Amino acid sequence: MEAFRKNESENLRANREGLKGWLNPTRYGWERLSYWLMRLTGLFLLLYFVGHVYETSSLVGGIDAWNSMLALTQTPGGHLFLILVIGTSTFHSANGIRLILAETARGLGKPGRPDYPYDAVSLNNRQRSGIWIALVLAAAAMFYGGSILFGGE
Amino acid sequence: MVSGNIQNANSTFLRESTVMKIHYITGLGALFVVAVHVMMRLVVPFSTSLEYENVINNYRILWYALLLEIILVLISIHGFNGLRIMLIELRQNAMWEKFVTIFTLAAMLAVIGYGTRTIIIANGL
Amino acid sequence: MVYESCKGYGSETWIPLNKKTAGNDHQTVHDEGKQNVLLRVLRGDMFKKTKRSFSTFSVPVRRWTTVLDALIYAKEHSDSSIAIRFSCRMASCGSCGMIINGIPRLACYTKISELGYDTVTCEPLPNFPVIRDLVTDFQQFFNHHRHMEPYIENQYPVPREEALSEFKQTPRDIDNYLQFSYCIKCGLCYSACPTVATDTKFPGPQALSQAYRYSADNRDDAEKKRLDIVDNRHGIWRCHFAGSCSAVCPKGVDPALGIQLLRSHLMSISKTPKTLADLRKIDDDKD
Ligand code: SF4
Ligand code: FES
Repeated sequence: MEAFRKNESENLRANREGLKGWLNPTRYGWERLSYWLMRLTGLFLLLYFVGHVYETSSLVGGIDAWNSMLALTQTPGGHLFLILVIGTSTFHSANGIRLILAETARGLGKPGRPDYPYDAVSLNNRQRSGIWIALVLAAAAMFYGGSILFGGE
Repeated sequence: MVSGNIQNANSTFLRESTVMKIHYITGLGALFVVAVHVMMRLVVPFSTSLEYENVINNYRILWYALLLEIILVLISIHGFNGLRIMLIELRQNAMWEKFVTIFTLAAMLAVIGYGTRTIIIANGL
Repeated sequence: MVYESCKGYGSETWIPLNKKTAGNDHQTVHDEGKQNVLLRVLRGDMFKKTKRSFSTFSVPVRRWTTVLDALIYAKEHSDSSIAIRFSCRMASCGSCGMIINGIPRLACYTKISELGYDTVTCEPLPNFPVIRDLVTDFQQFFNHHRHMEPYIENQYPVPREEALSEFKQTPRDIDNYLQFSYCIKCGLCYSACPTVATDTKFPGPQALSQAYRYSADNRDDAEKKRLDIVDNRHGIWRCHFAGSCSAVCPKGVDPALGIQLLRSHLMSISKTPKTLADLRKIDDDKD
Protein backbone atom coordinates (compact mmCIF):
# COMPACT_ATOMS: atom_id res chain seq x y z
CA MET A 1 0.00 0.00 0.00
CA GLU A 2 2.96 2.33 0.56
CA ALA A 3 3.48 3.22 -3.09
CA PHE A 4 -0.21 3.79 -3.37
CA ARG A 5 -0.39 6.26 -0.50
CA LYS A 6 2.75 8.16 -1.42
CA ASN A 7 1.13 10.89 -3.42
CA GLU A 8 -1.99 11.54 -1.44
CA SER A 9 -3.18 14.69 -3.13
CA GLU A 10 -2.90 13.09 -6.55
CA ASN A 11 -4.65 10.06 -5.16
CA LEU A 12 -7.58 12.16 -3.95
CA ARG A 13 -8.42 13.17 -7.49
CA ALA A 14 -7.79 9.74 -8.99
CA ASN A 15 -10.77 8.30 -10.83
CA ARG A 16 -13.08 11.22 -10.01
CA GLU A 17 -15.72 11.60 -12.66
CA GLY A 18 -14.80 15.24 -13.10
CA LEU A 19 -16.79 17.75 -15.10
CA LYS A 20 -18.45 15.10 -17.18
CA GLY A 21 -20.04 13.92 -13.94
CA TRP A 22 -22.36 16.91 -13.90
CA LEU A 23 -22.50 17.51 -17.64
CA ASN A 24 -24.33 14.23 -18.23
CA PRO A 25 -27.93 14.54 -16.98
CA THR A 26 -29.27 11.29 -18.39
CA ARG A 27 -28.51 8.74 -15.75
CA TYR A 28 -30.30 9.33 -12.46
CA GLY A 29 -33.76 10.68 -13.12
CA TRP A 30 -35.61 13.98 -12.95
CA GLU A 31 -33.79 15.48 -9.99
CA ARG A 32 -30.47 15.12 -11.76
CA LEU A 33 -31.96 16.71 -14.87
CA SER A 34 -33.25 19.60 -12.78
CA TYR A 35 -29.79 20.04 -11.23
CA TRP A 36 -28.25 20.14 -14.69
CA LEU A 37 -30.78 22.59 -16.10
CA MET A 38 -30.53 24.82 -13.02
CA ARG A 39 -26.79 25.21 -13.55
CA LEU A 40 -26.91 25.73 -17.30
CA THR A 41 -29.80 28.22 -17.11
CA GLY A 42 -28.00 30.05 -14.29
CA LEU A 43 -24.81 30.36 -16.32
CA PHE A 44 -26.75 31.43 -19.39
CA LEU A 45 -28.73 34.05 -17.48
CA LEU A 46 -25.56 35.46 -15.92
CA LEU A 47 -24.09 35.83 -19.40
CA TYR A 48 -27.27 37.49 -20.61
CA PHE A 49 -27.33 39.80 -17.58
CA VAL A 50 -23.80 41.04 -18.16
CA GLY A 51 -24.58 41.50 -21.85
CA HIS A 52 -27.78 43.34 -20.98
CA VAL A 53 -26.00 45.74 -18.64
CA TYR A 54 -23.48 46.40 -21.39
CA GLU A 55 -26.17 46.75 -24.06
CA THR A 56 -28.23 49.29 -22.10
CA SER A 57 -25.13 51.34 -21.27
CA SER A 58 -25.35 52.64 -24.85
CA LEU A 59 -28.13 54.90 -23.56
CA VAL A 60 -25.38 57.10 -22.22
CA GLY A 61 -24.08 57.66 -25.75
CA GLY A 62 -27.30 59.32 -26.88
CA ILE A 63 -29.98 58.34 -29.36
CA ASP A 64 -27.64 57.26 -32.16
CA ALA A 65 -25.64 54.88 -30.04
CA TRP A 66 -28.89 53.47 -28.62
CA ASN A 67 -30.44 52.95 -32.02
CA SER A 68 -27.41 51.23 -33.49
CA MET A 69 -27.30 48.90 -30.48
CA LEU A 70 -31.02 48.26 -30.89
CA ALA A 71 -30.53 47.40 -34.54
CA LEU A 72 -28.11 44.67 -33.49
CA THR A 73 -30.58 43.02 -31.15
CA GLN A 74 -33.87 43.50 -33.02
CA THR A 75 -33.16 40.67 -35.43
CA PRO A 76 -34.75 37.21 -35.68
CA GLY A 77 -31.62 35.84 -34.04
CA GLY A 78 -31.89 38.42 -31.27
CA HIS A 79 -35.51 37.52 -30.77
CA LEU A 80 -34.76 33.82 -30.54
CA PHE A 81 -32.10 34.60 -27.97
CA LEU A 82 -34.60 36.65 -25.98
CA ILE A 83 -37.12 33.81 -26.10
CA LEU A 84 -34.44 31.55 -24.67
CA VAL A 85 -33.84 34.11 -21.93
CA ILE A 86 -37.56 34.11 -21.13
CA GLY A 87 -37.68 30.31 -20.95
CA THR A 88 -34.53 29.88 -18.90
CA SER A 89 -35.43 32.62 -16.44
CA THR A 90 -38.89 31.13 -15.91
CA PHE A 91 -37.44 27.67 -15.29
CA HIS A 92 -34.68 29.02 -13.05
CA SER A 93 -37.22 30.98 -10.97
CA ALA A 94 -39.84 28.26 -10.58
CA ASN A 95 -37.32 25.52 -9.92
CA GLY A 96 -35.39 27.84 -7.63
CA ILE A 97 -38.44 28.30 -5.43
CA ARG A 98 -38.91 24.53 -5.32
CA LEU A 99 -35.27 24.10 -4.32
CA ILE A 100 -35.40 26.73 -1.60
CA LEU A 101 -38.39 24.91 -0.13
CA ALA A 102 -36.80 21.48 -0.56
CA GLU A 103 -33.46 22.56 0.89
CA THR A 104 -35.26 23.73 3.98
CA ALA A 105 -36.96 20.32 4.11
CA ARG A 106 -40.43 21.27 2.82
CA GLY A 107 -42.31 18.76 0.71
CA LEU A 108 -39.77 16.00 1.18
CA GLY A 109 -41.61 13.54 3.36
CA LYS A 110 -40.57 12.14 6.71
CA PRO A 111 -37.91 9.57 7.52
CA GLY A 112 -39.43 6.25 8.41
CA ARG A 113 -38.68 2.55 8.27
CA PRO A 114 -37.49 1.68 4.77
CA ASP A 115 -38.68 -1.54 3.24
CA TYR A 116 -38.10 -3.36 -0.04
CA PRO A 117 -37.73 -2.02 -2.76
CA TYR A 118 -36.31 0.88 -0.74
CA ASP A 119 -37.58 3.77 -2.83
CA ALA A 120 -36.40 7.09 -1.46
CA VAL A 121 -39.15 9.27 0.04
CA SER A 122 -37.39 12.49 -0.96
CA LEU A 123 -37.57 11.61 -4.64
CA ASN A 124 -41.33 11.89 -4.53
CA ASN A 125 -43.97 13.10 -6.92
CA ARG A 126 -44.40 16.39 -5.10
CA GLN A 127 -40.81 17.25 -5.93
CA ARG A 128 -41.10 15.85 -9.44
CA SER A 129 -44.26 17.78 -10.20
CA GLY A 130 -42.37 20.89 -9.08
CA ILE A 131 -39.81 20.15 -11.80
CA TRP A 132 -42.52 19.41 -14.36
CA ILE A 133 -44.41 22.60 -13.51
CA ALA A 134 -41.20 24.60 -13.92
CA LEU A 135 -40.67 23.00 -17.34
CA VAL A 136 -44.27 23.62 -18.44
CA LEU A 137 -44.17 27.23 -17.21
CA ALA A 138 -40.93 27.78 -19.11
CA ALA A 139 -42.47 26.38 -22.29
CA ALA A 140 -45.60 28.50 -21.87
CA ALA A 141 -43.55 31.64 -21.22
CA MET A 142 -41.44 30.97 -24.30
CA PHE A 143 -44.57 30.49 -26.37
CA TYR A 144 -46.09 33.72 -25.07
CA GLY A 145 -42.85 35.63 -25.55
CA GLY A 146 -42.52 34.25 -29.06
CA SER A 147 -46.02 35.30 -29.97
CA ILE A 148 -45.32 38.86 -28.80
CA LEU A 149 -41.86 39.17 -30.31
CA PHE A 150 -42.66 37.59 -33.66
CA GLY A 151 -46.39 38.16 -33.88
CA GLY A 152 -47.28 41.62 -32.63
CA GLU A 153 -46.33 44.58 -34.74
CA MET B 1 -6.82 10.41 11.73
CA VAL B 2 -8.55 12.91 9.52
CA SER B 3 -6.81 13.76 6.29
CA GLY B 4 -5.52 17.29 5.92
CA ASN B 5 -7.56 17.65 2.80
CA ILE B 6 -10.84 18.01 4.61
CA GLN B 7 -11.70 21.56 5.43
CA ASN B 8 -12.04 21.94 9.15
CA ALA B 9 -13.10 25.15 10.79
CA ASN B 10 -14.76 28.01 9.09
CA SER B 11 -12.03 30.53 8.48
CA THR B 12 -13.87 32.58 5.89
CA PHE B 13 -15.19 36.11 6.39
CA LEU B 14 -18.85 35.10 6.07
CA ARG B 15 -20.11 31.71 7.15
CA GLU B 16 -21.21 29.69 4.17
CA SER B 17 -24.73 29.50 5.58
CA THR B 18 -24.88 33.31 5.64
CA VAL B 19 -23.70 33.47 2.04
CA MET B 20 -26.33 30.95 1.00
CA LYS B 21 -29.10 32.73 2.87
CA ILE B 22 -28.10 35.84 0.92
CA HIS B 23 -28.20 33.70 -2.22
CA TYR B 24 -31.77 32.61 -1.52
CA ILE B 25 -32.99 36.06 -0.54
CA THR B 26 -31.39 37.84 -3.51
CA GLY B 27 -32.86 35.19 -5.80
CA LEU B 28 -36.39 35.64 -4.47
CA GLY B 29 -36.01 39.42 -4.42
CA ALA B 30 -34.72 39.53 -7.99
CA LEU B 31 -37.72 37.52 -9.14
CA PHE B 32 -40.11 40.24 -7.95
CA VAL B 33 -38.22 43.31 -9.15
CA VAL B 34 -37.49 41.75 -12.53
CA ALA B 35 -41.20 41.00 -12.90
CA VAL B 36 -41.91 44.73 -12.45
CA HIS B 37 -39.11 45.60 -14.86
CA VAL B 38 -40.53 43.30 -17.56
CA MET B 39 -44.06 44.59 -16.94
CA MET B 40 -42.84 48.11 -17.71
CA ARG B 41 -42.26 46.94 -21.29
CA LEU B 42 -45.75 45.56 -21.51
CA VAL B 43 -47.73 48.53 -20.13
CA VAL B 44 -46.76 50.76 -23.06
CA PRO B 45 -47.42 49.67 -26.68
CA PHE B 46 -44.87 46.92 -27.16
CA SER B 47 -43.31 48.13 -30.41
CA THR B 48 -42.57 51.58 -29.00
CA SER B 49 -41.38 50.37 -25.61
CA LEU B 50 -37.74 50.40 -26.63
CA GLU B 51 -37.66 53.80 -28.33
CA TYR B 52 -34.96 56.05 -26.97
CA GLU B 53 -37.34 58.68 -25.63
CA ASN B 54 -39.49 56.14 -23.78
CA VAL B 55 -36.52 54.39 -22.24
CA ILE B 56 -34.89 57.63 -21.11
CA ASN B 57 -38.21 58.78 -19.66
CA ASN B 58 -38.30 55.65 -17.55
CA TYR B 59 -34.82 56.31 -16.25
CA ARG B 60 -35.86 59.83 -15.25
CA ILE B 61 -38.50 58.46 -12.88
CA LEU B 62 -36.69 58.20 -9.59
CA TRP B 63 -38.44 55.10 -8.26
CA TYR B 64 -37.84 53.28 -11.52
CA ALA B 65 -34.16 54.19 -11.52
CA LEU B 66 -33.99 52.91 -7.95
CA LEU B 67 -35.74 49.71 -9.02
CA LEU B 68 -33.16 49.21 -11.76
CA GLU B 69 -30.39 49.73 -9.25
CA ILE B 70 -31.94 47.15 -6.94
CA ILE B 71 -32.20 44.63 -9.80
CA LEU B 72 -28.61 45.33 -10.70
CA VAL B 73 -27.38 44.68 -7.19
CA LEU B 74 -29.56 41.64 -6.47
CA ILE B 75 -28.80 39.83 -9.71
CA SER B 76 -25.09 40.63 -9.58
CA ILE B 77 -24.85 39.14 -6.10
CA HIS B 78 -27.00 36.13 -6.93
CA GLY B 79 -25.41 35.47 -10.32
CA PHE B 80 -21.79 35.83 -9.37
CA ASN B 81 -22.27 33.87 -6.17
CA GLY B 82 -23.77 31.12 -8.31
CA LEU B 83 -20.72 31.24 -10.52
CA ARG B 84 -18.49 31.10 -7.44
CA ILE B 85 -20.31 27.98 -6.25
CA MET B 86 -19.73 26.24 -9.57
CA LEU B 87 -16.09 27.27 -9.79
CA ILE B 88 -15.21 26.44 -6.20
CA GLU B 89 -16.45 22.89 -6.71
CA LEU B 90 -14.03 22.37 -9.58
CA ARG B 91 -10.67 22.33 -7.80
CA GLN B 92 -9.58 22.48 -4.22
CA ASN B 93 -6.44 24.33 -3.36
CA ALA B 94 -5.84 27.57 -1.53
CA MET B 95 -4.72 29.44 -4.66
CA TRP B 96 -7.77 28.54 -6.70
CA GLU B 97 -10.19 29.27 -3.89
CA LYS B 98 -8.65 32.67 -3.30
CA PHE B 99 -8.70 33.38 -7.03
CA VAL B 100 -12.36 32.38 -7.35
CA THR B 101 -13.44 34.49 -4.39
CA ILE B 102 -11.56 37.58 -5.54
CA PHE B 103 -12.51 37.13 -9.18
CA THR B 104 -16.25 36.75 -8.54
CA LEU B 105 -16.28 39.61 -6.04
CA ALA B 106 -14.42 41.88 -8.44
CA ALA B 107 -16.68 40.94 -11.36
CA MET B 108 -19.73 41.54 -9.18
CA LEU B 109 -18.50 45.01 -8.18
CA ALA B 110 -17.47 45.86 -11.72
CA VAL B 111 -20.89 45.01 -13.15
CA ILE B 112 -22.65 46.90 -10.35
CA GLY B 113 -20.38 49.89 -10.91
CA TYR B 114 -20.82 49.88 -14.66
CA GLY B 115 -24.58 49.55 -14.46
CA THR B 116 -24.86 52.24 -11.79
CA ARG B 117 -22.95 54.60 -14.04
CA THR B 118 -25.55 54.05 -16.78
CA ILE B 119 -28.42 54.59 -14.37
CA ILE B 120 -26.99 57.79 -12.89
CA ILE B 121 -26.09 59.34 -16.24
CA ALA B 122 -29.35 58.30 -17.91
CA ASN B 123 -31.28 59.63 -14.91
CA GLY B 124 -29.71 63.04 -15.49
CA LEU B 125 -30.25 63.10 -19.27
CA MET C 1 -24.89 -22.23 -5.82
CA VAL C 2 -24.49 -24.97 -8.43
CA TYR C 3 -23.24 -23.91 -11.81
CA GLU C 4 -23.55 -26.12 -14.85
CA SER C 5 -20.97 -26.11 -17.53
CA CYS C 6 -21.03 -23.33 -20.04
CA LYS C 7 -22.85 -24.41 -23.18
CA GLY C 8 -22.14 -21.44 -25.39
CA TYR C 9 -23.79 -18.13 -25.85
CA GLY C 10 -27.56 -18.23 -26.17
CA SER C 11 -27.70 -21.95 -26.84
CA GLU C 12 -30.58 -22.50 -24.44
CA THR C 13 -33.96 -20.89 -24.24
CA TRP C 14 -34.68 -18.47 -21.47
CA ILE C 15 -37.82 -19.03 -19.47
CA PRO C 16 -38.84 -15.87 -17.68
CA LEU C 17 -40.43 -16.08 -14.26
CA ASN C 18 -43.98 -15.34 -15.37
CA LYS C 19 -43.98 -18.13 -17.95
CA LYS C 20 -42.79 -20.84 -15.63
CA THR C 21 -45.00 -23.88 -15.34
CA ALA C 22 -47.32 -23.72 -12.39
CA GLY C 23 -47.42 -26.46 -9.82
CA ASN C 24 -44.52 -28.25 -8.27
CA ASP C 25 -42.08 -25.57 -7.24
CA HIS C 26 -39.27 -27.96 -6.73
CA GLN C 27 -39.50 -29.24 -10.25
CA THR C 28 -39.81 -25.74 -11.68
CA VAL C 29 -36.41 -24.85 -10.34
CA HIS C 30 -34.80 -27.65 -12.26
CA ASP C 31 -36.67 -26.85 -15.42
CA GLU C 32 -35.74 -23.20 -15.22
CA GLY C 33 -34.02 -21.92 -18.32
CA LYS C 34 -30.38 -21.08 -18.33
CA GLN C 35 -28.69 -18.61 -20.57
CA ASN C 36 -25.25 -17.23 -21.12
CA VAL C 37 -24.44 -13.59 -20.76
CA LEU C 38 -21.35 -11.68 -21.71
CA LEU C 39 -19.60 -10.36 -18.62
CA ARG C 40 -17.28 -7.43 -19.29
CA VAL C 41 -14.92 -6.43 -16.52
CA LEU C 42 -12.77 -3.31 -16.61
CA ARG C 43 -9.28 -4.42 -15.63
CA GLY C 44 -6.37 -2.31 -14.52
CA ASP C 45 -3.67 -2.23 -11.89
CA MET C 46 -2.72 1.05 -10.34
CA PHE C 47 0.71 -0.28 -9.30
CA LYS C 48 1.67 -1.32 -12.80
CA LYS C 49 0.09 1.77 -14.33
CA THR C 50 -1.02 -0.19 -17.36
CA LYS C 51 -3.83 1.11 -19.50
CA ARG C 52 -7.20 -0.16 -18.37
CA SER C 53 -9.08 -2.48 -20.70
CA PHE C 54 -12.05 -4.81 -20.64
CA SER C 55 -11.84 -8.58 -20.23
CA THR C 56 -14.88 -10.49 -21.41
CA PHE C 57 -16.27 -13.76 -20.12
CA SER C 58 -19.21 -15.89 -21.08
CA VAL C 59 -21.08 -16.84 -17.94
CA PRO C 60 -24.14 -19.08 -17.57
CA VAL C 61 -26.87 -17.44 -15.53
CA ARG C 62 -30.19 -18.49 -14.01
CA ARG C 63 -33.01 -16.32 -12.88
CA TRP C 64 -31.42 -15.82 -9.48
CA THR C 65 -27.82 -15.30 -10.55
CA THR C 66 -26.41 -12.05 -9.24
CA VAL C 67 -23.60 -10.07 -10.81
CA LEU C 68 -21.40 -11.14 -7.91
CA ASP C 69 -22.20 -14.80 -8.64
CA ALA C 70 -21.23 -14.23 -12.25
CA LEU C 71 -17.96 -12.57 -11.26
CA ILE C 72 -17.12 -15.42 -8.91
CA TYR C 73 -17.93 -17.89 -11.69
CA ALA C 74 -15.58 -16.09 -14.07
CA LYS C 75 -12.91 -16.03 -11.38
CA GLU C 76 -13.30 -19.77 -10.74
CA HIS C 77 -13.52 -20.94 -14.32
CA SER C 78 -11.79 -18.43 -16.54
CA ASP C 79 -9.43 -16.01 -14.88
CA SER C 80 -8.53 -16.26 -11.25
CA SER C 81 -6.76 -12.90 -11.34
CA ILE C 82 -9.92 -10.78 -11.43
CA ALA C 83 -9.81 -8.56 -8.37
CA ILE C 84 -13.14 -8.14 -6.60
CA ARG C 85 -14.07 -7.36 -3.02
CA PHE C 86 -17.03 -8.96 -1.33
CA SER C 87 -17.96 -10.56 1.91
CA CYS C 88 -21.58 -10.99 2.95
CA ARG C 89 -23.24 -11.64 -0.46
CA MET C 90 -26.44 -10.18 0.99
CA ALA C 91 -26.22 -6.40 0.79
CA SER C 92 -25.07 -6.04 4.38
CA CYS C 93 -21.35 -5.40 4.34
CA GLY C 94 -21.14 -2.81 1.59
CA SER C 95 -17.95 -4.11 -0.03
CA CYS C 96 -19.13 -5.09 -3.51
CA GLY C 97 -20.18 -1.72 -4.91
CA MET C 98 -19.33 -1.20 -8.57
CA ILE C 99 -20.68 0.36 -11.71
CA ILE C 100 -22.94 -2.17 -13.38
CA ASN C 101 -24.21 -1.17 -16.80
CA GLY C 102 -23.50 2.47 -16.08
CA ILE C 103 -25.10 2.81 -12.64
CA PRO C 104 -23.49 2.28 -9.23
CA ARG C 105 -24.96 -0.88 -7.69
CA LEU C 106 -24.09 -3.65 -5.26
CA ALA C 107 -22.96 -6.69 -7.26
CA CYS C 108 -24.52 -9.07 -4.75
CA TYR C 109 -27.84 -7.25 -4.83
CA THR C 110 -28.20 -6.96 -8.59
CA LYS C 111 -29.75 -9.89 -10.37
CA ILE C 112 -28.68 -10.25 -13.97
CA SER C 113 -32.20 -11.30 -14.99
CA GLU C 114 -33.49 -7.97 -13.67
CA LEU C 115 -30.96 -5.94 -15.64
CA GLY C 116 -32.56 -7.18 -18.84
CA TYR C 117 -29.40 -7.16 -20.96
CA ASP C 118 -27.28 -9.90 -22.53
CA THR C 119 -24.17 -7.96 -21.67
CA VAL C 120 -23.20 -7.04 -18.14
CA THR C 121 -20.48 -4.42 -17.84
CA CYS C 122 -18.67 -4.03 -14.52
CA GLU C 123 -16.44 -1.07 -13.80
CA PRO C 124 -14.90 0.13 -10.53
CA LEU C 125 -16.79 2.86 -8.65
CA PRO C 126 -15.89 6.33 -9.90
CA ASN C 127 -14.79 9.00 -7.39
CA PHE C 128 -12.75 6.35 -5.59
CA PRO C 129 -9.11 5.67 -6.55
CA VAL C 130 -8.84 2.26 -8.19
CA ILE C 131 -6.47 -0.20 -6.54
CA ARG C 132 -6.94 -3.06 -8.99
CA ASP C 133 -9.77 -4.07 -11.33
CA LEU C 134 -13.01 -3.58 -9.40
CA VAL C 135 -11.40 -2.87 -6.04
CA THR C 136 -11.33 0.77 -4.98
CA ASP C 137 -9.76 2.66 -2.11
CA PHE C 138 -12.22 4.00 0.50
CA GLN C 139 -9.77 5.91 2.66
CA GLN C 140 -10.95 9.42 1.82
CA PHE C 141 -14.58 8.30 2.00
CA PHE C 142 -14.11 6.94 5.51
CA ASN C 143 -12.15 10.04 6.50
CA HIS C 144 -15.13 12.17 5.59
CA HIS C 145 -17.37 9.86 7.58
CA ARG C 146 -15.13 10.02 10.66
CA HIS C 147 -14.90 13.77 10.38
CA MET C 148 -18.66 14.00 11.16
CA GLU C 149 -18.09 12.54 14.64
CA PRO C 150 -20.37 9.59 13.93
CA TYR C 151 -21.02 8.57 17.52
CA ILE C 152 -23.32 9.62 20.32
CA GLU C 153 -21.93 12.52 22.30
CA ASN C 154 -23.66 13.57 25.46
CA GLN C 155 -22.81 15.83 28.36
CA TYR C 156 -25.56 14.29 30.47
CA PRO C 157 -24.48 14.46 34.08
CA VAL C 158 -24.26 10.95 35.37
CA PRO C 159 -24.60 11.03 39.14
CA ARG C 160 -22.97 7.73 40.00
CA GLU C 161 -20.93 5.54 37.76
CA GLU C 162 -22.85 2.43 38.84
CA ALA C 163 -26.12 4.18 38.02
CA LEU C 164 -25.16 4.29 34.32
CA SER C 165 -28.09 2.95 32.47
CA GLU C 166 -29.87 3.52 29.21
CA PHE C 167 -31.83 6.32 27.59
CA LYS C 168 -35.58 6.29 27.22
CA GLN C 169 -36.57 6.58 23.58
CA THR C 170 -40.03 6.28 22.13
CA PRO C 171 -40.57 4.54 18.78
CA ARG C 172 -41.14 8.01 17.31
CA ASP C 173 -37.76 9.20 18.58
CA ILE C 174 -36.22 6.21 16.86
CA ASP C 175 -37.99 6.84 13.57
CA ASN C 176 -36.23 10.20 13.33
CA TYR C 177 -32.87 8.58 12.68
CA LEU C 178 -33.41 4.84 12.17
CA GLN C 179 -33.44 4.95 8.39
CA PHE C 180 -30.12 6.79 8.25
CA SER C 181 -28.55 4.26 10.58
CA TYR C 182 -29.15 1.55 7.96
CA CYS C 183 -26.24 2.91 5.92
CA ILE C 184 -23.72 0.17 5.09
CA LYS C 185 -21.05 2.57 3.80
CA CYS C 186 -21.01 1.01 0.38
CA GLY C 187 -20.10 4.28 -1.32
CA LEU C 188 -22.66 4.03 -4.12
CA CYS C 189 -24.07 7.46 -3.24
CA TYR C 190 -20.56 8.92 -3.15
CA SER C 191 -19.87 7.74 -6.68
CA ALA C 192 -23.24 8.95 -8.03
CA CYS C 193 -22.92 12.46 -6.58
CA PRO C 194 -22.15 15.18 -9.14
CA THR C 195 -20.45 17.37 -6.54
CA VAL C 196 -18.17 14.61 -5.27
CA ALA C 197 -17.18 14.13 -8.92
CA THR C 198 -15.09 17.30 -8.75
CA ASP C 199 -14.94 18.42 -5.12
CA THR C 200 -12.52 16.37 -3.01
CA LYS C 201 -13.29 18.28 0.18
CA PHE C 202 -17.05 17.81 -0.06
CA PRO C 203 -18.01 15.19 2.56
CA GLY C 204 -20.48 13.53 0.22
CA PRO C 205 -23.99 12.19 0.78
CA GLN C 206 -22.96 9.38 3.06
CA ALA C 207 -21.03 11.50 5.57
CA LEU C 208 -23.58 14.32 5.57
CA SER C 209 -26.51 12.00 6.14
CA GLN C 210 -24.56 10.38 9.00
CA ALA C 211 -24.06 13.85 10.48
CA TYR C 212 -27.83 14.11 10.45
CA ARG C 213 -28.30 10.59 11.79
CA TYR C 214 -26.38 11.42 14.98
CA SER C 215 -27.77 14.92 15.29
CA ALA C 216 -31.34 13.64 15.03
CA ASP C 217 -30.76 11.03 17.71
CA ASN C 218 -32.14 12.40 20.95
CA ARG C 219 -29.48 10.66 23.01
CA ASP C 220 -26.95 13.00 21.41
CA ASP C 221 -26.45 16.67 22.22
CA ALA C 222 -23.59 17.57 19.88
CA GLU C 223 -25.75 18.87 17.07
CA LYS C 224 -24.24 22.33 17.21
CA LYS C 225 -20.75 20.92 16.88
CA ARG C 226 -21.69 18.92 13.80
CA LEU C 227 -23.47 21.87 12.22
CA ASP C 228 -20.23 23.81 12.60
CA ILE C 229 -18.33 21.01 10.90
CA VAL C 230 -20.58 20.94 7.85
CA ASP C 231 -21.12 24.69 7.52
CA ASN C 232 -18.16 25.64 5.36
CA ARG C 233 -17.24 26.31 1.78
CA HIS C 234 -17.02 22.67 0.87
CA GLY C 235 -19.63 21.50 3.32
CA ILE C 236 -23.33 20.85 3.19
CA TRP C 237 -24.04 23.82 0.90
CA ARG C 238 -22.36 22.12 -1.99
CA CYS C 239 -25.30 19.73 -2.11
CA HIS C 240 -27.76 20.90 -4.77
CA PHE C 241 -30.31 18.16 -4.28
CA ALA C 242 -29.60 16.33 -7.52
CA GLY C 243 -31.01 13.29 -5.72
CA SER C 244 -28.69 10.80 -7.40
CA CYS C 245 -27.47 9.50 -4.04
CA SER C 246 -30.97 8.51 -2.98
CA ALA C 247 -31.66 7.02 -6.40
CA VAL C 248 -28.78 4.53 -6.07
CA CYS C 249 -28.79 3.80 -2.33
CA PRO C 250 -29.49 0.07 -1.90
CA LYS C 251 -30.67 0.36 1.70
CA GLY C 252 -33.30 3.08 1.45
CA VAL C 253 -31.19 5.44 3.53
CA ASP C 254 -32.26 8.37 1.32
CA PRO C 255 -29.17 10.47 2.06
CA ALA C 256 -30.64 13.43 0.13
CA LEU C 257 -33.45 13.61 2.67
CA GLY C 258 -30.99 13.54 5.56
CA ILE C 259 -28.96 16.34 4.02
CA GLN C 260 -31.98 18.60 3.47
CA LEU C 261 -33.20 17.92 7.02
CA LEU C 262 -29.77 18.77 8.38
CA ARG C 263 -29.79 21.93 6.29
CA SER C 264 -33.14 22.95 7.73
CA HIS C 265 -31.62 22.56 11.20
CA LEU C 266 -28.70 24.71 10.10
CA MET C 267 -31.10 27.43 8.99
CA SER C 268 -32.89 26.99 12.33
CA ILE C 269 -36.24 26.51 10.64
CA SER C 270 -36.54 22.80 11.17
CA LYS C 271 -39.92 21.26 11.77
CA THR C 272 -38.39 18.40 13.73
CA PRO C 273 -37.09 19.91 16.95
CA LYS C 274 -35.56 17.53 19.37
CA THR C 275 -35.74 17.20 23.11
CA LEU C 276 -33.01 15.25 24.76
CA ALA C 277 -33.89 11.81 26.03
CA ASP C 278 -34.06 11.05 29.71
CA LEU C 279 -31.73 8.64 31.35
CA ARG C 280 -33.42 5.61 32.76
CA LYS C 281 -31.82 5.19 36.16
CA ILE C 282 -31.18 1.86 37.76
CA ASP C 283 -33.11 3.11 40.76
CA ASP C 284 -36.18 3.58 38.55
CA ASP C 285 -36.36 -0.15 38.04
CA LYS C 286 -36.27 -0.88 41.72
CA ASP C 287 -39.67 0.59 42.42
S1 SF4 D 1 -26.16 6.12 2.17
FE1 SF4 D 1 -26.80 4.31 0.98
S2 SF4 D 1 -25.54 4.38 -0.89
FE2 SF4 D 1 -24.59 5.77 0.58
S3 SF4 D 1 -23.02 4.53 1.59
FE3 SF4 D 1 -24.88 4.42 2.87
S4 SF4 D 1 -25.96 2.56 2.17
FE4 SF4 D 1 -24.42 3.09 0.57
S1 FES E 1 -21.00 -8.62 -0.62
FE1 FES E 1 -21.65 -7.57 1.16
S2 FES E 1 -22.83 -5.98 0.28
FE2 FES E 1 -22.37 -7.16 -1.48
